[in-house]
Amino acid sequence: MISFLALLITGVEILISHPRFYWGEVGNSLTAPLFQIPIPSSRATVPTRYGYVLPDQNGWSRYLHFEAAWALVLGGLVYVAYGLWTRHFRKNLFPAPEDRTWRAFRSVIAKHLRLAPAEEADFSSYNVLQRLTYLLVIFVLFPLVIWTGLAMSSGLNAAIPWAVNSLGGRQSARTLHFFVSICLVLFLLAHVTMVALSGFRTRMREMITRSRAARQERT
Amino acid sequence: MRKSSRRRFLTAGLAAAAGASGLGVAASLANRYGLIPPDGGGLYGPGESLTYAAQRLLARHSLAREFPRSMISKAPFANSISPLNDAFKHMQGSDFVEWRLSVDGMVARPASYSLADLKSFPLRSQITEVVCEEGWSYIAEWTGTPLSEVLKESGILPQAKYLVYFSIDPDWWESIDMVDARHPQSLLTWAMNDGDLPVAFGGPLRLRVPRQLGYKSVKFVNRLMVTNSAKGFVSAVDPKSPNYGYSWYAGI
Repeated sequence: MISFLALLITGVEILISHPRFYWGEVGNSLTAPLFQIPIPSSRATVPTRYGYVLPDQNGWSRYLHFEAAWALVLGGLVYVAYGLWTRHFRKNLFPAPEDRTWRAFRSVIAKHLRLAPAEEADFSSYNVLQRLTYLLVIFVLFPLVIWTGLAMSSGLNAAIPWAVNSLGGRQSARTLHFFVSICLVLFLLAHVTMVALSGFRTRMREMITRSRAARQERT
Repeated sequence: MRKSSRRRFLTAGLAAAAGASGLGVAASLANRYGLIPPDGGGLYGPGESLTYAAQRLLARHSLAREFPRSMISKAPFANSISPLNDAFKHMQGSDFVEWRLSVDGMVARPASYSLADLKSFPLRSQITEVVCEEGWSYIAEWTGTPLSEVLKESGILPQAKYLVYFSIDPDWWESIDMVDARHPQSLLTWAMNDGDLPVAFGGPLRLRVPRQLGYKSVKFVNRLMVTNSAKGFVSAVDPKSPNYGYSWYAGI
């Protein structure tokens, strides 16, 4: 969580030094952008609609971005290894057999749309939508954000050229890195909101201590 | 305290102690094999050391991507430079015939070269990408004298660890390790896209280090210094550096 916030803040700082995005291998202030974020830049060489230049924060931002990335990747590897070892993914995240039908899927969505009150089972387990979202975040979005990030490293471009070439070039990698990060931020916001709605203190206690003892309080 | 939780506490404590001593051993081994960058201390030291060590262990000799001629950028971006001094303008007036590149420090034979001298070495042309830490990039064809050829001519002493390279612009310099100094693509560049290297792009002489970000490719280079300590010449920790606060290793 701390790593993620550090990556987000420093990522935004780095983005401000060139808030233009391109597709393909190359792109700079003299070429047409794919799109441009309408914010001022921390570089005078970037054409923006603003008459001022923000202070440069890239030095410490880049240091912290990569250090936090190491922490996240190493922590993530431990988490995935632990999850495989304890069969956490299979037991709690892979949708249960009875949920793997369109009907079950529809019923969960319908329940959400009707704003139906949560049932007791919802507190102790994840529903099929939550499970699929978590699997998407853990096994698709995080690997993608790491891959697109590494595809921007000039040293690694030399070592493993296919990692950047397969994405369509380093500017494509940068653009994809931006969009995948947005997806992760949206997930984080939704996740935190749902935790807050279902009782912040109880949920936090469960996450950290794994105890379900507090359950009785709410029934 | 229940028995099981005490056992868990002990196991966790032992694991933490093993982890900490493991880290200590790893750090001292890394130091011995030159895997700690000069800015590998302080708050950002661990992340910086992991990046540098990982790339030096896994990809020491890899080559930067070279591109087909069709991918050369029609709109290369020179970036801004600070106003050039009188010494530079004087030499510019006479087409840089007086430009000298000196080689000193931990070398057997210090030397000094004119541009014509440099052009008498075997030349190398490569189509590589300039990547700025800000995010933008362009591709150009660069022609010049391989840095390794010039250093070989002077004879690097065995205790050498870093190469510091200076611009004619006072207080503009960078340093790299001997892996990048000896790398075949590190190029003392004097031509770009079928013409002389324009001043805006660092002419008459720029050291291109294509495996690292653009800020390590110093413009208007006139001095190479081989040393065993980058102290005083680490971009991140030396306030004199124009890239002060930026990480020394820019392979990421």
